[in-house]
Amino acid sequence: MRSNLGFFSDEKFRSIFFQTLVVGLFALGLFFVISTTSYNLEKRNIATGWSFLQNPAGFDISFSPFLEFKSTDTHLKVYFVGVLNTLLVSVTGCIAATILGFILGIVRLSSNWLLSRLVYIYVEFSRNVPLLLQIILWYSILIQLPRVKQSLQVLDVFYISNRGLYSPRPIFESGFSYVSIAILLALISSFLINRWAKKRQDKTGQQFPVFSSSIGLIFIVPLILFFILGSPLSFEHPELKGFNFKGGLVIRPEFIAMFLALSIYTAAFISEIVRAGIMSVSKGQREASAAIGLKQTWIMRLIIIPQALRVIVPPLTSQYLNLTKNSSLGIAVGYADLVHGFGGISLNQTGQAIECMAIVMATYLSISLTISFFMNIYNRSIQFKEK
Amino acid sequence: MNEMNEVRKPPVATTGIIGWLRINLFFNWTNSLITLFVIYCLYQFIPWILDWTIFSADFKYNYLGEQITNQEMCSRNLDPENGGACWAVIYVRFYQFIYGFYPKVEVWRVNLAYVMLAFALLPLLYAKLPYRKYFLYFTYIFPVIAYFLLNGGLGFTEVSTNKWGGLLVTLVLGCTGIALAFPIGIMLALGRRSKLPVISMMCTLFIEFIRGVPLITLLFFGMVMLPLFLPEGIDMDGLVRVLVAVTLFQSAYMAEVIRGGLQAIPPGQYEAAKSLGMSYWRMNLLIILPQAIRISIPPIVNTSIGLFKDTTLVIIVGILDLLGIGRGTLADTNWLGLSYEIYFFVSLVFFIFTFGMSRYSLYLEKKLKTGINMGAD
Repeated sequence: MRSNLGFFSDEKFRSIFFQTLVVGLFALGLFFVISTTSYNLEKRNIATGWSFLQNPAGFDISFSPFLEFKSTDTHLKVYFVGVLNTLLVSVTGCIAATILGFILGIVRLSSNWLLSRLVYIYVEFSRNVPLLLQIILWYSILIQLPRVKQSLQVLDVFYISNRGLYSPRPIFESGFSYVSIAILLALISSFLINRWAKKRQDKTGQQFPVFSSSIGLIFIVPLILFFILGSPLSFEHPELKGFNFKGGLVIRPEFIAMFLALSIYTAAFISEIVRAGIMSVSKGQREASAAIGLKQTWIMRLIIIPQALRVIVPPLTSQYLNLTKNSSLGIAVGYADLVHGFGGISLNQTGQAIECMAIVMATYLSISLTISFFMNIYNRSIQFKEK
Repeated sequence: MNEMNEVRKPPVATTGIIGWLRINLFFNWTNSLITLFVIYCLYQFIPWILDWTIFSADFKYNYLGEQITNQEMCSRNLDPENGGACWAVIYVRFYQFIYGFYPKVEVWRVNLAYVMLAFALLPLLYAKLPYRKYFLYFTYIFPVIAYFLLNGGLGFTEVSTNKWGGLLVTLVLGCTGIALAFPIGIMLALGRRSKLPVISMMCTLFIEFIRGVPLITLLFFGMVMLPLFLPEGIDMDGLVRVLVAVTLFQSAYMAEVIRGGLQAIPPGQYEAAKSLGMSYWRMNLLIILPQAIRISIPPIVNTSIGLFKDTTLVIIVGILDLLGIGRGTLADTNWLGLSYEIYFFVSLVFFIFTFGMSRYSLYLEKKLKTGINMGAD
């Protein structure tokens, strides 16, 4: 039965042969790419190496809420500003999208036909129109707002104009650090109380007012401390000087457009995930909990949502990943995120495409991996635990 | 005695229009309040939007009866109190939205390609098509025909790709990306599940890398880095470079979807195929893949919708797709300030395509649910 190529039909030999072949071809391709690239770089007089990171950037970044940025700062600082801006819009976007998505997902299942149809229309429209188009549309709406001089005033302290939203900037005075420490301690202790209360309820069945005590700890205690220390917080109000506002906190329209578009677009997907999750909980669960006399809101909180979360969390993770990756579209409206600031302007100024793109891609990969890591931990914590 | 004689009211109707309204809109007082509030909002909003988009809009002529050739002639710019949307911009620039800057003499070629595309898609979308086999042959050779038809060669005058634009570019990117990503995705999915550790590791790394970075970085990669990787003299067309990036991106997502389908195939199918003495490729081509692809068609359509929407990203690297033509029109002083009309139109075109695709995917899902029984027993 054995053919002449006996050794070739041997599975072990074939496996080694093909893998060596693939590795060899891959190495050959890599060698070819590297040699042509280095030749091309030399010919075009493009520098290599990482020293460009220390060179002054020579351009300004209009939106950098965490780091002070001047045009004399280095490209490395451009990178950090970009990462922070990417993270800012991703984190705020994820939070807003989750809240909006959960609300819409639940409303979509409402017994009110009109309401659920309305959410359906919203979901279909925002899912089926490209995100980039939505970002650009929001931006074009925002920059058509009145000019600075005619800016809309909300509550006497917020000014909305085509340059963004101006609000008072909080100035923390010396004593404020105690207040923030108090808030932190209150958060930790309410977390511990929650755990203790759960344990006690499991053991004895006695309930503890976790919610109200946590609210008291987190809000009232720091507030009392705040007044004891003599309100160590003041606000710097924006003032109209010449053609623009001076002082105050400004949120640029680029950020608002990105935030609105990303959260509204992703919320549509999340609402469908939430809907599918809730519908995956069998009807019997709802009927059983109604039979033991639980109130509607309690049925949702104690029975339906915990079971639905098991179905919701894995696809929710991929929505978070998508939102973070989609935040790279800020380049279309000039939001100085990682891709626009470092991968766009810095790359064009230095010409070091390979280094810049490598850094940008590596950063996105690590952000993606970090999100997956934490969501996997969370996912494991809510899965069925065999007792 | 009195109690016994009390006349009970008939039960509340739950059928018919009244019954439907009662259950779905006015079940209890909160529900009724919500319904009334929503109706009030719609009452405020719908007449306004209808008025803006249709009743006081200009389609070709303004309210003076003149044909509109620039934004100053739009009714709403002549008289802010009067007039809504100015769709004339779409009317005037319609050619560019659909064909880009394709020469007018040669435009029949694009039209022919559009019609042929519809015929090529028919057998893929509709399994019960009569003579499906012959239509499929046409589908296989369609990419070649379309290449020569659109690009030139074989007696057609050459039309360089920087003249392409609008819907043409959107469809070329979408269709080519999906068509090329499909076989690559299958290979990657098989590779990732392969028993050979090196191959499986390489495929996994590739897929996870592509899925971990945004498409825009891949487009930059195609635009800025690809020319550096290639030897001198090979000058890649801009559209081709973008296509490389889009295809790489889509194939990673396609691979994951197909891998999902492969995982759903019961091991008995593999064992049965092997016991018949089939080789790896025969087993996959004849037994495993036909089943795996069949169940992964709905998610394949879904990722394709994603890709179709993502093709708009090419405007960032300077390719003029539908959205790019829209933005270009807005930059023209003749049509300044008509952003809502243009974005509305572009959204509508995308919506029609993607909504159609998502409806199709739903239809397939329903058909699959009732149609086949994955013989897991």
